[in-house]
Formats: sequence, C-alpha cells, structure tokens
Amino acid sequence: MSSFWIILTGALVAVTCSLLGCYLILRRMAMVGDAISHAVLPGIVLAFLISGSRQTIPMLIGAGFLGILTTFLIEFLHKKARLQEDASIGVTFTWLFALGVILISVFANKVDIDQECVLYGEIAYVPLDLWITDAGLNLGPQAIWIMGSILILVLITILTSYKELLVTTFDPSYAAAIGYSTAFWHYVLMSMVSLATVASFESVGAILVVAFLIVPAATAYLLTDRFGLMLVLAAIFGILSAVSGYVLASQIDGSIAGAMATMTGVIFALVFIFSPKYGLFRKKSQTDKTGMIIEENKAGISYKTQ
Amino acid sequence: MKFFEFFSFTDPNIRYVVAGSILMTVCSAVVGCFTFLRKRALIGDAVAHAVLPGVCLSFLLTGEKNPFVLLIGAFITGGLSIFLVEFITSKTKLKEDSAIGIVLSVFFGIGILLLTAIQHSGNANQSGLDSFLFGKAASILPEDLYSFGLVGVILLIGVFFFFKEFTLISFDRNFAEAIGLPVKMLEFILTSITVLAVVTGIQAVGVVLMAAMLITPAAAARYWTHNLTIMMLVAATMGAFSGIFGAYISYLAPSMPTGPWIVMVISMIAIISFTFAPVKGVFARLRKQVKNQKQITDENILKLFFQLGEKDQDFFTERSINSLLERRSMRRDHLKKGLARLTEQGFLAKTKDHWKFTEAGKAKGQRVARLHRLWELYLTQYLQLAPDHVHDDAETIEHIITPELESKILEQLQYPKVDPHDTKIPYKDF
Repeated sequence: MSSFWIILTGALVAVTCSLLGCYLILRRMAMVGDAISHAVLPGIVLAFLISGSRQTIPMLIGAGFLGILTTFLIEFLHKKARLQEDASIGVTFTWLFALGVILISVFANKVDIDQECVLYGEIAYVPLDLWITDAGLNLGPQAIWIMGSILILVLITILTSYKELLVTTFDPSYAAAIGYSTAFWHYVLMSMVSLATVASFESVGAILVVAFLIVPAATAYLLTDRFGLMLVLAAIFGILSAVSGYVLASQIDGSIAGAMATMTGVIFALVFIFSPKYGLFRKKSQTDKTGMIIEENKAGISYKTQ
Repeated sequence: MKFFEFFSFTDPNIRYVVAGSILMTVCSAVVGCFTFLRKRALIGDAVAHAVLPGVCLSFLLTGEKNPFVLLIGAFITGGLSIFLVEFITSKTKLKEDSAIGIVLSVFFGIGILLLTAIQHSGNANQSGLDSFLFGKAASILPEDLYSFGLVGVILLIGVFFFFKEFTLISFDRNFAEAIGLPVKMLEFILTSITVLAVVTGIQAVGVVLMAAMLITPAAAARYWTHNLTIMMLVAATMGAFSGIFGAYISYLAPSMPTGPWIVMVISMIAIISFTFAPVKGVFARLRKQVKNQKQITDENILKLFFQLGEKDQDFFTERSINSLLERRSMRRDHLKKGLARLTEQGFLAKTKDHWKFTEAGKAKGQRVARLHRLWELYLTQYLQLAPDHVHDDAETIEHIITPELESKILEQLQYPKVDPHDTKIPYKDF
C-alpha cells in the first residue's frame, strides 16, 4: 500500500508541475521556475515561525508570497536596475535561498525543517503522515490531499482560462490588443508555480520540482507543435517518470525523488534522440530543404557577383 | 575580544578557513566576470549541480575520498553539462534556459540518487561526501587547502595568460573570429576554467549557492566601472570580503552555516551597488531622469514664450501663468517651478506675477522652436512622412539635437525658410 501512496504522490506532483511547465517553457521562463522553487524557502521558514507548526495553509501563503516577491525582484533588477536577465535570476534566488538556510539555523530549535529535506524531500515518509479525522477515520496520507487540491486548482485554472493563458503566452501584444492583461496572467501563473512548488516541496524537494517543471514539458515540446497535445503529453511523461523512478529507486536503494528526476532525464534523452519530428534522427526532409535553400542562395550570390 | 582573536590569525584553523574561503571566492569572482559578460551566468548554476554525480561516480569507482580523484570526476561531469546545454540548444527548438533547466535538474537528480545509494550502502568511508551539497567552508583541512590552492593557482594563471583573448571573445565573438583567433579553442579553455572555479567554489558554499559566487560579485562590480580589469579587481575584493566575513560569522556562532552567510554578504553588497552606485545605480538613474524632465519642461516653456511672441509680433511682452496655459496645456505646478528656475538662470525676467523674455531667453526659445521645425521638415523630406505625423517625434528630438547635428541638418535641407506647416523657421540673424 505504501508504494501506491508514494507513486500516487509522485504522479500528482508530476502532473501539476508538467502542466505549469508547458507555459514556463514557451514563455522562456524555465529558469524563473527554478528560481521560485529555491526562493520559497524563507517563506516556508517564516510561515513556520509565525504559525508555530507545520500546518499547510500558512506555508502555502508564506511560499506563495515569496514566489510573487521573487518574480517581482527579478523584474525589478532587470527593468529598473538594468541588470541582465540571467544575472537578475541568479542573484535573486541564491540570495533568498541563503536567507532561508540562515533562518533555519538561527531558529534551529523552533523550526523543524532540515536543509537536505529542502533539496531532495522525503517522499518515502509520505505514507506515514496520515490524515485521520477526529472521528478516527483514516483518509490516507495528507500529502495526497494537498497535492490533489493543488492539481485540481491548476486544472480548473487551465480549463477555464485556456484561451487567456494561451494568447498571453504566444502573442503578448495581440493579447494586450484584445484586452487581456498580460501582467495579470503572468502573476496568476507565477502564483500557481509557487503553490505547486511549496506543496510539492515537503514531499519531493526543490530539485524534483524543477525537474518536473521543466523536463516533461520540454520532452513534449519535442514531439508536437499543438499546445493542447503538449499539455497532455507532458502530463503523461510526468506520470511515466514518477512510476519508473520509483522502480529504479527501489532497485538500487536510493532517493526516490532523485530517481524520479533521473527518469525524466532518461525519457527526455530517448525522445531527443528518436522524436520523428525534432529528434536527432528525424527524417532528412527538413535538412534537405535547408540544404536546398543554401545551395540556391549560393547560386544566387555567384550569379550576382558575376 | 573575539574580533582580535579572529583577525590576528594566530589559530591555524582560522588561518586555513580564511585562506580557503578567500581562495574560493576570489577564483569564482574572477571567472564569473567572463560568464557574466557572455550572458551565461546561469550556466554556472548548471555546472554546479552537475558536479554532484561526478563526485559520487568517482567515489563509487575508486572507493576513496581523495580530493584529486573527486575533482577529476566533478570536472568531467561539469564539463559534460556545458556541452549538453549547447548540444540541446543547437539541435532542438528548445531555448537555452530550458536546456539549462533540464541539464541542471536531471544531473542533480542523478547525483542525489547516487549519493543516497552510497549512503545506504553502508560504506563507512562515505561520510563527508554530502559536504558538496552545502559546502564546508568552516571545516577546511590543510590537505583540502593544498589541492584547492593548486587548482586556484592554475585557474588564475590561465586567466592571466589569456586575459586579452577571453576579453575579446566575451565582448565581440565575431570580431575575435574575424581576426583569426582560435575562438573554439579559447572557449573550451574558458569553459574548463569556469568548471574548475565551480568545482573549487562548491566546497565553500555548496551546490545551490555556487551560482551566487559566480554571478553576484561580477554583477555588483559591473555597476562601479566600465573597465574589465578594474571590474575583476572589484569583484575579487568583494568576493574576498564576503569570504572573510562568512568565516568570521561562523567563528562567532559555530552553528551558523558559512556558505549561506558568504552569499548573504555578497548579495547585500550587490543590492547596495544596484541601488546606490553612481551613474548606473537605480537612484542615479532616477536623478538623471528627473534632471532630463526638468530640462525638457524648461525648454518647452521658452519655446512657448517664443511661439506667443511670434503670434503677437513682440517677443518681450509680459505674460501671466494663465495666458501661457491657454496656449499649451501643462501641469500648473511644473510650469510654476520651471518659471522660477528660468528666472533664476536669467532666461526670463519676473515682475510681480508676470514673466517676460530676456535676450538670452529669446535666443534659447528660438533655438528650440527652430530645431522642432527643422526636424519636422527633415522627416517629411527624407522619410516621406505626412506633415501631420511629424509633430510628436519633433517634440522629443528638439531637446536632444546637438549644435553639430543642427548644422548637419541645415546643410542637408539647404537652409530652408519654412517648415511643412508653412511656419517660418527662425534664424539668429532675423
């Protein structure tokens, strides 16, 4: 039974993150996702200090707040201080992560979070943390309920605002012209990434969140040009990585989160090599066409220079 | 007095820790300047994460924790990660940031998997491998220091010898290629040096925070200078300072993590630089903006006096605020402040609540009006724009055109008499 709960948690995290990841990849914000997943740490610690316990709601609020603050800081450094974007991301998230680790050490006796858990989580303990009602009814692991709710929230947002998110992603100026606020949808997306990050955080750790945010979406992107299909494929790749990662981890007795991240990479590598459309061994037609264009251009140049 | 105890460096442990922290921070700060200028700051993050599987693999293969063996493993996977980022970016439609994210998270996942597998295997020799995760600046041993010292020296010598070439490929790769430099080779050397710096620095601050040691000092230093040599020295000094400070804090409070404190200090330095640096800082920029805004208001007021003078055929009529606002709408408080400034500078003369041109004011107002009309004419003649589309553009450019540019435009337009709206273009001799 416990393997089932672990795989289910992994799959829920995988689907939630992969769906959001599709938007991040297309908006060229993959590293912003990475930054948020690290920078929520001080938010979690502060929520812990204020609420005095490991309750979910304060942590979600704390981390959500930090997630928004991170995107805001990155924007500020980039736009107002004119720091180049990659450096703005790097400076912001390392600073906030350092702040989080320092806070943990300062309040070590009050805060029950440890650094390693932050990085690679403890998905193996998910089945132990059960949600038992006052009446004594066992409702299964808490993590399942939390991740499940976040996934439903993400799904509802994507389904109801499919068009808005799509248009602001692909063509911000057109979106602005037909009256969608790009800034609004940007922050909606960023808050969802923060929520997903912090909810996944305890069970799988920051690194697996990043892997699930970026890798399955990128894999799906190599297979299709249709956005709806990309979302579905990304979710499927996410689930596949979660299941196969669990098997791998139990084979070599290692970290489950690490193994799941490894499997996202293995699936990416396979698709990267064999994808019919964009893989390394794709049909030659495309390259032939480019080759033809180059040949024609050469002929044109030599004609002109004569 | 803990302060003197620490800074007299009598305790050999303190000496090792301080020397180690300085060495690591300085190396990464120097190399970071190049990665920063090549806009590849986050690649350092990918390398830092990719080091972990290399360390674990070389431990699995050799079964010992010899720093040199671990460094070789780290160097191989770190280099591989850079290669893979470039490979994925060039072979697929994925952008560089996605490629970095993929490589970073997957390599780190593999690293964690191997690390935990090693820990669970019960090999007694393994303890301490996880110091790569969070750094161990506070517990550097002499033998660590020698191996990292050697790496650091190799690295700094490399930068010293190829300084000119690295500068060139960082600023203008195409030019470097055109003058026949072996760009690919140089990039490979620079990449190797970056990997070396990451592998060394990771010992101080750990995987996640390593990116800060590369990016933050360089980004901060960039706000103080335009000169690369100075930028490097500033970055190195900032890095060294944060290294000493981090070591000092964990000496005062041994439970404090050294790495995060080093990053905290360097981040604070960076944030101060971003906000307060002269010329490039946020405040300096704001001040510049306000100054430009004032200049534009003042010039517009003088132009307004000139236009009203043209209409009345008398440039030295006294005018009230309301009569000015009738012709051109602007914010009343801006107008009042502008009038006060212009009176003080001697362009306007004030009598009670009326203002009128002085000779100097008339000359300046005439010049702004002339530039406006010249630019309108230039746009209609050379860009074939319709006469009713050129006003807004001229409204901006009239404050920017230099006397040299003005004479060029006059020459091009052959000293025209009227603008596209048939208004006279005023010259000094009129």
